[in-house]
Amino acid sequence: MNHETKPNSIFKVIGASSLGTLIEWYDFYIFGSLATIIGAQLFPADAGASALINTLAIFAAGFIVRPFGALVFGRLGDLIGRKYTFLLTLVLMGGSTFLIGLIPSYSSIGYFAPILVLILRLVQGLALGGEYGGAATYVAEHAPKGKRGFFTSWIQTTATLGLFLSLGIIVLSKNIIGAEAFADWGWRIPFLLSILLVGVSIYIRLKMHESPMFTKLKTEGNISKNPLKESFSKKGNFKMVLLALFGATMGQGVIWYTGQFYAQSFIENTCKIDFNDSRYILLWGIAFATPFFVVFGAWSDKVGRKWIMLTGMLLGIIFYRPIYQMFLDKSDVSKTEVSAIASTAEPVITRVPLHDKGDSLITTSTKISLLSGASYSKVLVDTVYADASKTIGHSKEIYKDKILETSTFWIFVGLVFFQILLVTMVYGPIAAFLVELFPTKIRYTSMSLPYHVGNGVFGGLVPFVATLIASFAGSTPLSGLWYPIGIAALSFIIGAVYLSNKKDETIND
Amino acid sequence: MKSIKKILGLIWIILGPAAMVFMSWQAWDKISKAEAGVAQTNTALQWGIILLIFIPIAIGLVIFGKYALAGEYEKLPGSSEEI
Repeated sequence: MNHETKPNSIFKVIGASSLGTLIEWYDFYIFGSLATIIGAQLFPADAGASALINTLAIFAAGFIVRPFGALVFGRLGDLIGRKYTFLLTLVLMGGSTFLIGLIPSYSSIGYFAPILVLILRLVQGLALGGEYGGAATYVAEHAPKGKRGFFTSWIQTTATLGLFLSLGIIVLSKNIIGAEAFADWGWRIPFLLSILLVGVSIYIRLKMHESPMFTKLKTEGNISKNPLKESFSKKGNFKMVLLALFGATMGQGVIWYTGQFYAQSFIENTCKIDFNDSRYILLWGIAFATPFFVVFGAWSDKVGRKWIMLTGMLLGIIFYRPIYQMFLDKSDVSKTEVSAIASTAEPVITRVPLHDKGDSLITTSTKISLLSGASYSKVLVDTVYADASKTIGHSKEIYKDKILETSTFWIFVGLVFFQILLVTMVYGPIAAFLVELFPTKIRYTSMSLPYHVGNGVFGGLVPFVATLIASFAGSTPLSGLWYPIGIAALSFIIGAVYLSNKKDETIND
Repeated sequence: MKSIKKILGLIWIILGPAAMVFMSWQAWDKISKAEAGVAQTNTALQWGIILLIFIPIAIGLVIFGKYALAGEYEKLPGSSEEI
């Protein structure tokens, strides 16, 4: 039986699947990008309670609910079909995102606001866990022989483009309505906008047909009766799930998060680059690198998936520390010579009372512009005690809000581009790789779990573990990198030794 | 290559429990160092979630090592049909 799809319809399949997946990633990321504003609007002012809810929203949604969603929707996809399952995930994701945008503030409804945020965030995590496996499986099961890597690589661009879209819409909304209005009510725009995008995507997906391989399986009565049991209790399949996790998706997850999230966080928080500049650097890096998802996906159809993915990991292992050292060196303004300074603005002094004893914190911020076009703020924080017998406590000088000179800005873009290029190497071919590992009747379930454990758990833990390592005695700003380097190295060894480079040409079993 | 796969299998078997012990020790260390009250509950919650998800993964690594030691990965299926 020939399952190959005509060229014009395969592009419809890719378009319908990719658009929906892109919107799901967009929905998932806007919450993360706007977490601070959401916290201020919808969470209690009490820092402790707020932190607890935040922890649940971030940790539980990413680490528990996402893999759980992979199991729930993976099972459903193998039982009732790919089309209706990933339609359901889209409705859940779009609906919950839209509703987050409608939640009244904490000052209006009290604790209902954070509880609703938490519930809707968990629904988002659940939906995301089910979406990717369905979209990748759906496209792969339509793709002609020898082009599976190329066609599924379009799905692979969506996570990065979803991040791009979320950053773009946030920056655009903020620039149009102003920072104050955005913090007050404008943050709801990206959430509400989601319903339009989801509506279009649902309309397109409804018009699509079920995957031909699943339809064949259903017609022949060969659908799995218990996909979870067959996936994880049958040794022949379970050993491949473990191999996919430890030899591929685990390394892919840390490379993905380091290149796109850790890089931006490091540039903004450790290098103290200006808020907008740090986002522009990432946006340029993403824009230049995204086409390579398709390049590496297509190339993997010719040379195999294994070594492209493993080379991406190896390059990360070798180059992460030099890249981040360069970020630090190029943004270090502490040794700026007086002759390089063009102007020094009048210092802005603010006084914040500490407590009722009369002590206060005095912050002196001075903006310094350099001849090169760069600028930064030098900040000094002094503690002044009401008790005159105590000496004033001086803090170390902090340099922040750095605007880079043009050439350095583009060096930063280049370094971020290189990291995202590594992301495209590990991520571009991985959908085809996962699809080819498992049989049709349990494919959705079997590929979803290792993907979401690798990407969501190992990748999602990058900021947490990096902060943990930074808390060890003797750590440096680069110490946090040992986590992605270590995990990528482990995955590289397992992949190099145990994985096969052979492609499964048929997959219609 | 077959013997390398098997020897490495032993390492994965050891690495799983070692990672569990390390993470549990870190969890205990960070929770006990956190300020009593909400901060400590928050740290305990974070680490609780991490251990909850990490321990099954570490067990998975042990099973992976066991399969490798038993030679299950000496010949991989040529297609998903063979699974």
